[in-house]
Amino acid sequence: MRHISRRTFGKTAIAASALIGAPAIIARAADSIRIGFSIAQTGGIASGGKAGLAALEMWRADINGAGGLLGRQVEFVVYDDQSQASTVPGIYAKLLDIDKVDLILAPYGTNLTAVMMPMMKQRDRFVLGQFEIGQNDKLQHDKFFEVAPWGPKPGDNWCRGYFDLAKRQGYKSVVIVNSDAEFSANAAAAGGKIAEEYGMKVLSVQHYTPNAVDFSGILRNVNAANPDFVFVASYPVESAALVHGISEIGIADSVQMFGGAMVGIQYAQQLESLGSALDGIVNYDTYVVAKTMEFPGIAKFLDRYKAIAEKQNIDTLGHFLPPFFYAGGQIIAAAAKATNSIDEAKMSEWLHHNPVDTIVGPIKFGADGNWSENRLVWGQYRGVKDKDVDQFRSEGKQIIVQPEALATGKIEVPYKKARA
Amino acid sequence: MFFELTSNAIVSGLLLGGLYAVASLGLTITFGLLEIPNVAHPTFIVLGAYCTEYLNRLGLDPVVAGVIIAPAFYLGGMALYQAYYASFERRGRSNTLQSFTFFFGVALVLQVLLILVAGVDLKSADAAYIGKSLVLGVIRMPYRLIVPFAVGLVVGLGMWLFLSRTRTGLAIRAVAHDSDALRIVGLSPTQAKRHAFGIAMMTAAVAGSALIVASPVDPFIGAQYIGRTFAVVVLAGMGSVPGTLVGALVIGLLESLIITFVGATWAPGVAFAALLACLAIRPSGIFGIAR
Repeated sequence: MRHISRRTFGKTAIAASALIGAPAIIARAADSIRIGFSIAQTGGIASGGKAGLAALEMWRADINGAGGLLGRQVEFVVYDDQSQASTVPGIYAKLLDIDKVDLILAPYGTNLTAVMMPMMKQRDRFVLGQFEIGQNDKLQHDKFFEVAPWGPKPGDNWCRGYFDLAKRQGYKSVVIVNSDAEFSANAAAAGGKIAEEYGMKVLSVQHYTPNAVDFSGILRNVNAANPDFVFVASYPVESAALVHGISEIGIADSVQMFGGAMVGIQYAQQLESLGSALDGIVNYDTYVVAKTMEFPGIAKFLDRYKAIAEKQNIDTLGHFLPPFFYAGGQIIAAAAKATNSIDEAKMSEWLHHNPVDTIVGPIKFGADGNWSENRLVWGQYRGVKDKDVDQFRSEGKQIIVQPEALATGKIEVPYKKARA
Repeated sequence: MFFELTSNAIVSGLLLGGLYAVASLGLTITFGLLEIPNVAHPTFIVLGAYCTEYLNRLGLDPVVAGVIIAPAFYLGGMALYQAYYASFERRGRSNTLQSFTFFFGVALVLQVLLILVAGVDLKSADAAYIGKSLVLGVIRMPYRLIVPFAVGLVVGLGMWLFLSRTRTGLAIRAVAHDSDALRIVGLSPTQAKRHAFGIAMMTAAVAGSALIVASPVDPFIGAQYIGRTFAVVVLAGMGSVPGTLVGALVIGLLESLIITFVGATWAPGVAFAALLACLAIRPSGIFGIAR
């Protein structure tokens, strides 16, 4: 066997490295703006992650089609975080130190954002949050901005609208039902505090472990307490089981309002599958087709998104997340264009003082990087037909009852009557 | 009110136990009898649920769909064992760790395939009885749980009859007891195990249809059932079908009573608490080892 000399080995190694590295070098030479992030493509929150990525890709295609951002093409460096927070620190260290991306988007979701925020604060990097809640409440990173319309100090306040509605209706007692998972547990804790602040009595807190399928016992306990209203903070599988549970077990006559923070029933699959069983529920949403929410570009975006979603097997309605992910791109573009740079300090400074027009309406950021006003909507499902997701593409099946500024109708009570 | 809560909690718990039973019966064969830790079994249940959902969209009742796909799962189970046999048993490398790694890998591959083919959104089945209840006095029983309960009982009874009354069933129990003795009487242990895996996989198909009747599924939901189903099999007494039924019902019942009177957060710990208590008092499980 012929031996390879050390020099030959060295030359071969250099040539191989150059060959492998060439595409990256050429790509860098093209001087694109590289935006790096992780987003769940597998795991528990992948349905949201996939829909979000589809929307971000739509924005990238649009901006590149229009000549790029500041004349440079936009490139994404994306990793699948598998919906697991443990993967996130490694991914973001790689994005910053090896991929050396120009701008950073946070992962989708609160738990995953929580583990990368200290690193971003330490390195003083610009971060665009994607549906995390309250991760900047304590850190107060001045280069953090959140696309979701939670409003200021979201950890304590994002679900306040539901309790404002209950207060306006004069309800005095509540039962809280929540999953023992980060988002739901935080929502329940915040809800409990707000109820206390409004002088409402929390009759009981029924919490359960994620992905429970039988809610008979919990609903019986709710009924035994006879509350004025029920605040539910659940994840998709549980939301479906709870909605079925109400049909199966029934609900106490005292319950005027039911819902709050039920994740999952905003998506096409559950809207279609649960159908008329949703009637009467009042739940949070980020966007509802309504005259009061006719923002420039949103209808066209949803039409385009629907075609893509059908091909990619993701949420075909796309009201809850995708428009806001797209708006995230618009926020970056607006700041970069206004400052004529991707200097993170300049972009952040500009965003703190200027509203941005997006497909989800004008967004103005407060000091903590969240929307300066909470713009979540609480809609009541009315007259929903079974197996028909298209009914939600036009106005009328989700009546906005909170906030008053965006309301399209008044809440129908009690819940039992609204269900009928 | 106390009577109403208690009686409903007992009935709900038993119904929930039926779902756990049908999810565990396949493992009673593969893990309980053959001692092969098939951690992919819950993922095959999810596959069964997805196949059921597909046929349900074509208008078939979920349970009927589960029965229709069962033969295909039987063949798939035989093929899975053949792959396991060729990779490990034939080479004398079928220790627990390697088996565990193999089936964990199978579960991951299956999960990724589900994601690629069906997407990551939740899938639900549609049937006239979902969302309705059977009312008997103060007791309300959701059909969404009655159906899985009935499926669990039927599958359990069928499996018990098969394992105790048929030659193939007896061969499967014999191979678990002493494979060399089986060989001496002219039967193939590999063939018996192949059938055993096929039957276990058939139960996964039917369990999938029961699962999607009870709640929506996504490709990752199998992980929720790994601990509970293995706990049921060990609690039952390894390889005991009646033990699996009783163990599952006991766990369902305890969970329901805990949910109603203590708090739902504690409920999932019930399976393992019951397992630990049982192992301390009766290490061979409720019905003893059935090999």
